Amino acid sequence: MAEHFTCDVLVVGSGPGGYVAAIRAGQLGLDTILVEDGKLGGTCLIRGCIPSKALIEAAEKFEQAGINASGNSGIGLTAATPKLDFKQTIAWKDGITEKLSSGVAGLLKAASVRVVSGWAVFENAKTCTVGDDKITAANVILATGSKSVELKGLPFAVNGDGPVISSTEALDLTKVPKKLAVVGAGYIGMELGIAYRKLGAEVTFIEAAKTILPGFDKQLSAPVSKWLRDHNITVHTNSFAQSVSTKAGKHTLTYADKDGVEANLTCDKVLVTVGRIPNTEGWGLENMAIDMDPKNNDMFVKVDGKCRTSMRGVYAIGDLVGEPMLAHKASAQGEMVAEIIAGKKRTFAPAAIPAVCFTDPEIVSVGMTPAEAKGKDIAITEGKFRWAANGRALTTGTADGGGFVRILALKDTGRIIGIQAVGRHISELSGEFVLAVEMNATLEDMAGTIHAHPTLSEAAMEAALSALGHPIHSV
Amino acid sequence: MGQYIFKMPDIGEGVTEAEITEWHVKVGDKVADDDPICDAMTDKATVELTAPTSGVVTSVGCAAGEIMAIGGDLIIFETEGGTESPIPTPIKMEAPKVEKPKPAPKPTPKPKAKAAPAPTVVSTPSSKPLASPAVRRRAEDQDIDLSLVPASGKAGQITHGDLDAYSKGGGSTLQKLAGGTDIKVTGMRRIISKRMSESKRRIPHFSYVESIDMTELERTRVHLNATRVPHQPKLTLMPFFMRAMVKAVKLWPQCNATFDDDADVITQHNPVHIGMAAQTSGGLMVPVIRNAESQNIWQLSSEIARIGEAAKTGSIAPEELSGSTISLTSLGKLAGVMATPVINRPEVAILCPNKIVDTPVIENGQMVVRKLMNFSTSFDHRVVDGFHAAEMVAYIKGLLEHPATLFID
Repeated sequence: MAEHFTCDVLVVGSGPGGYVAAIRAGQLGLDTILVEDGKLGGTCLIRGCIPSKALIEAAEKFEQAGINASGNSGIGLTAATPKLDFKQTIAWKDGITEKLSSGVAGLLKAASVRVVSGWAVFENAKTCTVGDDKITAANVILATGSKSVELKGLPFAVNGDGPVISSTEALDLTKVPKKLAVVGAGYIGMELGIAYRKLGAEVTFIEAAKTILPGFDKQLSAPVSKWLRDHNITVHTNSFAQSVSTKAGKHTLTYADKDGVEANLTCDKVLVTVGRIPNTEGWGLENMAIDMDPKNNDMFVKVDGKCRTSMRGVYAIGDLVGEPMLAHKASAQGEMVAEIIAGKKRTFAPAAIPAVCFTDPEIVSVGMTPAEAKGKDIAITEGKFRWAANGRALTTGTADGGGFVRILALKDTGRIIGIQAVGRHISELSGEFVLAVEMNATLEDMAGTIHAHPTLSEAAMEAALSALGHPIHSV
Repeated sequence: MGQYIFKMPDIGEGVTEAEITEWHVKVGDKVADDDPICDAMTDKATVELTAPTSGVVTSVGCAAGEIMAIGGDLIIFETEGGTESPIPTPIKMEAPKVEKPKPAPKPTPKPKAKAAPAPTVVSTPSSKPLASPAVRRRAEDQDIDLSLVPASGKAGQITHGDLDAYSKGGGSTLQKLAGGTDIKVTGMRRIISKRMSESKRRIPHFSYVESIDMTELERTRVHLNATRVPHQPKLTLMPFFMRAMVKAVKLWPQCNATFDDDADVITQHNPVHIGMAAQTSGGLMVPVIRNAESQNIWQLSSEIARIGEAAKTGSIAPEELSGSTISLTSLGKLAGVMATPVINRPEVAILCPNKIVDTPVIENGQMVVRKLMNFSTSFDHRVVDGFHAAEMVAYIKGLLEHPATLFID
């Protein structure tokens, strides 16, 4: 029986942008409908941030168990050779995403949000159909997210049939591939490639740029490069993947190497992680009379500082509206848009959006980097503190891979404008870093805040002291 | 051991005194030859004075912010080695009253022009006002533009308290204010103040405004810009005005003159050195386009760009800031409807083009749109009669309305 729903707010997509928008809209008393075709939680919860972190954690534990078994742990611990039931690993991961997804369902219910399961197709800016049903809304929040970029010559396997996979399939493999080729050494490829190396795969990277992790500067990516070298991972930079061929069950990836010479690589799986593009097709965007952003070849939906599109009452958030394509940006925009619809005055103007890379070691980048400051002719003071001089880092193994905390402040006022770090298990420090930047903390603020000993966080304080010219624990 | 008395050098034509705005050394400091010792500001520029010798500073002639006469004892060094010492005086300090045999002094250290000290501004990566997320949210809720809220926090940050103070009065953003800020007039501001009052005190100004149809000239200028070859600069209106001035003062030489009203002498100048008022971070400066009469439109354009930039960056030489015989001032994009410019004493005339406005005009009974511009002028009534000024302005109007005549002798 076809039904016609009406509501104050229609949210399309239940990722970290959409579900947060819907919950906040519901909390504010707006009659809200959320449409989702798959599981609640979107890319982040189901096939992105969370499951990849589960896999990374499992890989790390397995690697450590192997080190323990080898008797080389350095702490006098020996254990039997570990065995990995990878199917169980994936099931464990699925359990986590399941738990979070049902948690989102509970939160939506508590906020009185109606969830409609199905694929929304807009016939005009305020009306969409979902199956036989129709929904008309006063306000629409588009949160359709993004998908992995497919390379010409390397089409993704359909239904798991074929060697070429995206990050989605990489999180649902039934066994660890013996040989894994990763095309694209950005943060997604790096995270998964390193995890699979720890799980026992032989991993090779093919990267078009001249370095790994092109989004981070050399100082930050150097400890990751070292880890790759130490773990016999080959990285072919300035190289371009071209095609995959299969003969007698064996897959061969063909690529042009740095000299433009064709080369081959046999592998069991080819993971393509060369970026993500917003989902702008297949749901009637073209019927909504919404402008695209000419700054990026019309790839993203154009929005203003309040995430308003060119159509009144239609908002777009998250990956759909541009870089950085990060869950926490989408959530912040979703919350803001719900509040704007409820009549509050809000603008999306963060001082910084943190970026975290869960490689080994991990990388955190908040605010401005030295190269950016130089490019903008901003006079800065820089301070750095190495994990090697932090007690807690030595006990947790954080210092093993090298790394440091780097702090940047304006030369004239000492206001902190950027903090970056690289080191094992340091992603949690991102909170302090971004708070310092948002609160306009100065070097004196950071240095004058007593940090608990012994913790990794002391390094941020020491980096500030170093920028002020009087570090205690370094010379 | 010897003593070297470094006298305040002559740092520009006609300069009799300078304000020492900042000392880079203090008594007891060891300095090397050519080390910067202080910044001296004249009505022309700020220059950095460097040490003429190496030695230890034993005394400085004045405190920062004080005026030093040219030739006064600026700084005294105790130097090592006899030959280096140009003034072999006993170590005992004794004011050299009698004229001493002047030892061949080291060449006066070349003054390096230096940017006028800019007001302290908290530089930020963006021009956004600084405030924590909670303060930003509160401000937005209350419709307060944070860029209007005075900041009291560290590093120029707006605090909750600042916001409270700003919005006191039932959420109204309007509030009574009390008190004020005393600013000691020093440096460039002091020079500007002195010169302006002298000009207004001594010169009986009269101003005269004419309306000029710029349609044809604009057409010519746009055409020249469209067809210029790569090495030619982009033309603004300024070089055209200068051409017109050069032609006009040939016929009314009393306008290209300086008046020494102490000596009662008017000097009519043959060369046309045009002072060009320029706003810099430190205040008003008047760099000079020399011999405008000998430069074509492209040369003038290049020179205007060069000297304007030099004034802004502070790299301008003192001699490029003096010797003008008539001035041209323009407020650029602002330009306004009319102005009563202040004469750059001892000159006797200053011209000021205003904004060009598309204006409906009746021509042959038809309404047409023309680009009209007001042209404001001020003259020294002691030297220039009103009738002659009006005649000259009418002549300039004719030149600008028929651009070809700018280039026909």
